[in-house]
Amino acid sequence: MSKVHVQTKINGEEVEFLCEPRQSLLEVLRETLGFTGTKEGCNDGNCGACSAIVDGSLINSCLMLAVEAQGKAITTVEGLAGPEGLHPLQRKFLEHASLQCGICTPGFLVASKALLDQNPNPTEHQVRHWLAGNLCRCTGYDKIVRAVLDAAQTLRAGV
Amino acid sequence: MTTTNGANYKVIGTRPIRHDGIDKVVGRAVYGGDVRLPGMLYGQVLRSPHAHARIRRIDTSKAAAVPGVRAVVTANDLPAVEDKRMDLGEGVVRLKYLRDNVLASDKAVYKGQPVAGVAAVDLHIAEEALALIVVEYEVLPPVVEVRQAMKEGAPLLHETLTTKELGEDTKNKSNVASHLRHVLGDLAAGFARAAVVVEREFNTATVHQGYIEPHNATAMWSLDGQLTIWTSTQGAFAARDQVASVLDHPVSKIKVVPQEIGGGFGGKITVYLEPVAALLSRKSGHPVKLIMTRPDVFQSTGPTPGSYVRVKMGVDQSGKLVAAEAYMAFEAGGFPGAEIGAGAMCVFSCYDVPNAQVDVYDVVVNKPKSAPYRAPCAPQAAFAVEAVVDELAEKLGQDPIDFRLKNAAKEGTRRVDGVVFPRIGCVETLQALKDHPNYKIPLGPNQGRGVAIGYWFNIGFKSSVSASVNEDGTVNLVEGSTDIGGSRASIAMQFAEVLGLAAEDINPAVVDTNSIGYTDVTGGSRVTYATGWAAYEAAQDVKAQMILRAAKLWEVPADQVEFSEGSFIHKGSDKKLSFKELAAKLDDTGGPVVGKGNVKPNSGVGGSFAANIVDVELDPETGKVQVLRFTVAQDAGKAIHPSYVEGQMQGGSVQGIGWALNEEYYYTTQGEMANGSYLDYRIPTSLDLPMIDTVIVEVPNPGHPFGVRGVGEAPIVPPMAAIANAIYGATGARLNELPMRPDRVVAALQAQAAH
Repeated sequence: MSKVHVQTKINGEEVEFLCEPRQSLLEVLRETLGFTGTKEGCNDGNCGACSAIVDGSLINSCLMLAVEAQGKAITTVEGLAGPEGLHPLQRKFLEHASLQCGICTPGFLVASKALLDQNPNPTEHQVRHWLAGNLCRCTGYDKIVRAVLDAAQTLRAGV
Repeated sequence: MTTTNGANYKVIGTRPIRHDGIDKVVGRAVYGGDVRLPGMLYGQVLRSPHAHARIRRIDTSKAAAVPGVRAVVTANDLPAVEDKRMDLGEGVVRLKYLRDNVLASDKAVYKGQPVAGVAAVDLHIAEEALALIVVEYEVLPPVVEVRQAMKEGAPLLHETLTTKELGEDTKNKSNVASHLRHVLGDLAAGFARAAVVVEREFNTATVHQGYIEPHNATAMWSLDGQLTIWTSTQGAFAARDQVASVLDHPVSKIKVVPQEIGGGFGGKITVYLEPVAALLSRKSGHPVKLIMTRPDVFQSTGPTPGSYVRVKMGVDQSGKLVAAEAYMAFEAGGFPGAEIGAGAMCVFSCYDVPNAQVDVYDVVVNKPKSAPYRAPCAPQAAFAVEAVVDELAEKLGQDPIDFRLKNAAKEGTRRVDGVVFPRIGCVETLQALKDHPNYKIPLGPNQGRGVAIGYWFNIGFKSSVSASVNEDGTVNLVEGSTDIGGSRASIAMQFAEVLGLAAEDINPAVVDTNSIGYTDVTGGSRVTYATGWAAYEAAQDVKAQMILRAAKLWEVPADQVEFSEGSFIHKGSDKKLSFKELAAKLDDTGGPVVGKGNVKPNSGVGGSFAANIVDVELDPETGKVQVLRFTVAQDAGKAIHPSYVEGQMQGGSVQGIGWALNEEYYYTTQGEMANGSYLDYRIPTSLDLPMIDTVIVEVPNPGHPFGVRGVGEAPIVPPMAAIANAIYGATGARLNELPMRPDRVVAALQAQAAH
C-alpha cells in the first residue's frame, strides 16, 4: 500500500511522517513516531486512553486517520510538562494519588487539560461529565476528580 | 479517618509521592504494549468463532504464503509433553488445559479460544493473513449456564473430565470438575433451635476484571535457546513457570522482564500470548510482539465465574445466628479451576455461627476460562449471605449494623472451614460504619439505604527483596512484585521506616526473573504485606551489617553498637554516626553493603473486612438506580500509604458497583458473547458515581512486623449486597440476580405491585 506524506505539529514541534491511509493517528503516534505515552485500551473510541488534542479539540486518536492530521497541531501527554516542570494537572494527579496502574492517566491528563482550557472553573458535575469518555478501572474516579478540581484552582490562582 | 494503632512511625502512615509517579504522568513509563525491539515483528491470534466445536483440520498454507508473513503457528508447534498439575500462585491447573487455552489442539470450548498465531512485518498484514487460515470445525451444542451444565445429559465439554467428589475421583464423566464441603457443628440441631429461618436463591452474571490495558507479550527466542519475554504480568515468575511448562523449556533458559502493567485484578496471572509469541519468535528468528484487541480481552481472558448460590440461615429468639447452610455452584469457564475453595473460606466468615455447612462446585461451561478477580468467589457468596442476613435483621426488627455486630466474628471464632480467627477487625469495621455521619443522613422519596460486610483472608506466599546502600546513604531496593497501584512506595516506606530514612531515600525497582529471588504474583492482597515484610527483613539485614561496620570503624565490640533514631551509637562513649554518615565510610570498612530479605509468611493471617453503607435513588418508571452516597470502611491493619489504601477501597467499591448494576457477559443461544466492547460491556464512568467516602480502620495484624493487612480484595466483596439491600430499602423489593439492571428493577416493582 503506497504511503502518504503528512506534515503536522506535535507538542509544538514540526513533524513529518509517511503513513498508509488505513493507519490511525494512534498507530502512527505510537508505532511510527514513538509517542508511546498515548495509550491504546480499546481501539474503538470507548476508553479514552488515546486522548489527544487536535487544533484545540479533544479527540480519540484511535478514531482519527493519521492522514487527517495534515496541517494540524496535536498535543499529547508528552507535551504537557515543559523544561520548567510539570503541568499543574500532572502535579495534582501525583499529590492526590489519582493513579494506580497509570495506563489511563495520560488520557485523563490530556482530556482534563482540554476541559480546563475551555472551562477554567468547572463544577464537580462538569468534570465528571467531561471525563465520562475516559475509563479508569482502578481508582473509582474519586481522586481523579479531586485532582482536576484542585488543578483548576491552582491554574486560576496562577501558581 | 479512624486510627486505633498508636505506634509512632516517621514514614509509615505518611503520603509521599510514589517513586514511579513522574514517569507515569509524563507518558514515559514503559508498559508491555510500548516495548519495541530491533527487527520486531507484529502478530495476531486467530480464535474460534464457536463456543463448542471439535477442530477437524487447520490449513495455514495460504496465510504463510502472504508477502510479509514470517511465521504461522498452531498447537502442532507445541512440544509433546506429559500432562501434569501446576500451581500458578492463585490456583492449580492441569497442563493440558493450560496448553489448550494457549492454542487449542482438538477442541474449542469457548468462543475466542486461540487456534493459530501469525507474525508479520506489520499488524495489518498479520490480520490479513489470519483471514486466510482455514479451520474445519464440527460445531457442537454449547452450554453456558452453570445449572444447565450440571444436568444429566448436558453437552460434555471434556470427554476425560470426571467429578472429584469430596477429594475422591468418582470416574463419573460430567461437567462438574469438583465438589468441596465444609461442615461445622451440627447443622440440623442448629436449625432446630432457630426461631427465624430465611432461605433464598441467587444468581450472578459473568463479569470481567476490565483492566484498561489489553494483554500483551513480546518474545525473543535466541538461537542458543535463551527465551526473553517482555510482558505486563502480575507475576513474572508465575509467567516464567507457565511458559516453561507449556513449551517444555527449562526455567534457566527463560527470562521474563515485567513491564509496567495497566491493571490486572487477578486477570493477568494466566499466560495467554506469551507462549504464542515465543513460538512465533522461534519460528521466524525475530522478536515478536502480540497485543490483544479489546474484543479478544473480553472473549478470551479471565472473566469471573457466574454463579448460582442458595443460602439458608437461622437465628434464635435472642437474635443470635445458630445455623447457616450454603450451596454454591461456580462457572469455571471452558476449563476447570474456579476459585471455589476461596468462596467456601469466605462465605460465612463475617459471622460467629456455630453450626454450618458449605457445599461448593466447580463446573465447566462454554465460556472463557475464568480467572481470579479481586477476592475470587467471595463477592458471589457475600451477595447471597448479606441479603439473607439483612432479611433476618428485618424480621427481628433490628438495625442491620447492630444485628451484624451482635453476630460478628471475633478472635477465637471458628469458621466453617475449620480456621480459628486470630485478632481480626470485623467488629471495629462495623462500628466505624455505625459511627459514620452518612448512616444518619435522612432519605427522600424513592431512596433507600443498604449495608453489607465482606471478608477476604489475604494470602502470604514468597517474596524477595535486596537492597544496596549507596555512599550518599540512599538505598537501591530491588524487588519482584509488579507494581499495579503504588506498591513500590508501600514497600520502600517499610524499608525506610526500619532505618530512619525518608521514603525518597529509597529507589525501588521491579526487576526481571534473573535479577531477584523468587517472588509470587501481585495478587491476593499480598504485596504490601509479604513483599513489605521482605523489605523489612532486608532493612534489618542492612542494619546488622552496618552495626558491624561501625564497630570496625570505632574498633569496639559489635555488641556495644546500637541503632537508634536513625543513628549508630557506641554505648560506651559519645561516638555516633547517622546512617548517611556511616554509608559514606563503607569503602573504608569492607566495601558494599547489600541486604536481603526472603520470606514466605503464612496465608490467612492478616484477613481484612470491608463494609459499606450505600444510599441509592430509584427512578420507578425506568428502573434506573443512582448511587447517591457510598461509604466504605475497611480494616487495613496498618495503612502504610493511606492514599493508596483509600485508592484500593474506592476502586474495589466501584468495580462492585459495576458488578451490581450493569456489568454482565450477555450470551446468545449459540454461546456467543454479544457485548464484547466497552460500549456494550459498560463499566462505571465518572458520571455514574459520587465520591467514595473511606474510613480506614486499623486493627494491627499480629502476623506482620508493622501490623499490615492487605487491602486490595475485600472492598469488592460487599457492594453488590449493600446495593441490593439499598434497593430493598427504597422499594420493598428484593433483587436476587446480578446485575440489577433497570428491567429487573422494573419487573421486581411490578411483581411487588401485583401482590
